[in-house]
Amino acid sequence: MPSIGVRGLKGARGLKTTNKDLSPVQQLLEKKYNGGFLNRSEKVIPAVLFIMAAVSVLTTLGIVLTLIFETITFFRDVSIVEFFTSTEWYPFSNTDPVYGIWPLVLGTLKITLIASVFAIPIGLAVALYLSEYAGTRTRKIMKPILEVLAGVPTIVYGFFALTFVTPVLREIFPSLELFNAISPGIVVGIMIIPTIVSLSEDALSSVPEPVRHGALAMGSTKWETASKVIFPAALSGILASIVLGVSRAIGETMIVSIAAGSTPSAALDLTSSLQTMTSYIVQVTTGDAGFGTTIYYSIYAVGFTLFVFTLAMNMLAQFISKRFREEY
Amino acid sequence: MENTTRVKSEEMIGRIDGRLMKNKVIKGIFLTATAFTSIILIVLLYRIISQGAPYLSWDFFQNFASRRPEQAGIKAAVIGTLWMMSVVIPTAAILGVGTAIYLEEYAKKNALTRWIQMNISNLAGVPSVVFGLLGLTIFVRVFGFGNSVLAAGFTMALLVLPVVIVASQEAIRAVPNELKEASFGLGATKWQTIYRVVLPYAIPGIATGSILAFSRAIGETAPLIVVGIPTFVAFLPSGYLDSFTALPMQIYNWTSRPQVDFHNLAAAGIIILLGVLILMNSVAVWIRNRYQAR
Repeated sequence: MPSIGVRGLKGARGLKTTNKDLSPVQQLLEKKYNGGFLNRSEKVIPAVLFIMAAVSVLTTLGIVLTLIFETITFFRDVSIVEFFTSTEWYPFSNTDPVYGIWPLVLGTLKITLIASVFAIPIGLAVALYLSEYAGTRTRKIMKPILEVLAGVPTIVYGFFALTFVTPVLREIFPSLELFNAISPGIVVGIMIIPTIVSLSEDALSSVPEPVRHGALAMGSTKWETASKVIFPAALSGILASIVLGVSRAIGETMIVSIAAGSTPSAALDLTSSLQTMTSYIVQVTTGDAGFGTTIYYSIYAVGFTLFVFTLAMNMLAQFISKRFREEY
Repeated sequence: MENTTRVKSEEMIGRIDGRLMKNKVIKGIFLTATAFTSIILIVLLYRIISQGAPYLSWDFFQNFASRRPEQAGIKAAVIGTLWMMSVVIPTAAILGVGTAIYLEEYAKKNALTRWIQMNISNLAGVPSVVFGLLGLTIFVRVFGFGNSVLAAGFTMALLVLPVVIVASQEAIRAVPNELKEASFGLGATKWQTIYRVVLPYAIPGIATGSILAFSRAIGETAPLIVVGIPTFVAFLPSGYLDSFTALPMQIYNWTSRPQVDFHNLAAAGIIILLGVLILMNSVAVWIRNRYQAR
């Protein structure tokens, strides 16, 4: 029996007529080594796939570098001290524009605070109900409802805030202005409820059944089991879900652009028009601030601040869920 | 002696009643919160349908944007969204599935891979408006695409890419090892195994996750605004470097006008947008149920 070494096969390359003398295994091997395409594609494909994977790394790099470079350009025109210490944001003033980020940060914080106050209790209540009390039927109904709520585009929520929630609130509190912090705050809260519910419920459900049964067997009521055993055990996941929800509230753009107005304000008042970091970026880009103006570069400085806020929140969420995870 | 025992047990029974009561009250509160969440959705849908449904007519689909609400239509926005998605879907699908295959099948478990993975999960948390800033700088200015279909499509593709990657990774990870080993055992190469065994098995999962990601791209507004997509457009794009408008942009434009008529038009636009999203979600759920049986 002739050996089927690679060299031997390569030697047979030119002699196509001898192919039928080779055994099937030899023919296959010849294809593998001499066919070329298969062999080459085995080497090329991982490289191509690696380049594709690199795109998402390049995207992050692109975001960070874009924000840094354009922000540096912005700080050529505007003092960095003014940006962080001034409490006024009047970029559109012709005579004396002032760029102090605080009113925009405060606007974002107001919206985020109202959203959190609204969404955290409701979100946790729904998550606890679904994981500890509800039967399979209720869960089967609620899961798709939450999925739909999570999938509703934010522009739709913005429309809902402006045309329904604001008028209803103004019926109850006549002193509320058309653009205010409360209505968009509540609607941002509605938007983040599904995030908080689904992640918290995952955390609660992943506490093993024997733990639950143990507590119930000791004579605890369902509430005592939930509050003293299950909730503490799932705390890391629950906290992470809240932090992620808050991070989404900070980055939310359309609801606040539509329903919160466009008045940067350093007042603590919640009933009047305000501007967040995100809605400032929208205001400038819908207007006609030309490329290269200080106002154009200011959106990158604001975007950078926003990016730092959300990145910090996301990393905090990752840290919480890694550091405090209960292993069973 | 007997008395004190009886008092104690009565006390205990009293306490148990109290504890059970507390449990009941709290259950009631939680149930109310759950019901409230569903009521929000019902009110939201009811408001939009009752406002927008009377404006849905054949003319509404046939007309371009107009300053007169009774003549305004959504044609440019619907066609524009289709153009944009014809960029988003192939770009995000190819890059997303490619990245997922690389990470699951080829990448070594080292620091670089962990870093790429961390990078993807952080990217998923970046606000969409910041992706808009990226698109404005890179695609609109540096590549010189202007506020075109291509610039908006690439920006959206990058926005949904992390979701497509994570969904594809999960689907690929769920492929049973025995199948792969059987394929290797029959002499298939790595790529043959991936292409003929892993991918066909994972495709339903990849499709389900990707469709959900693409439906997000259809509804996103902020990146389009930042990239500079116009809202008042009375023409259709004829190429990928043409300007265009999209459904959420048109809805935003109508919402930000003070007249109620335009708000109703916005509601009609939202009905179409939600209709498309529900259709896509149903397809995703159908694929998931159809192939879950295996």
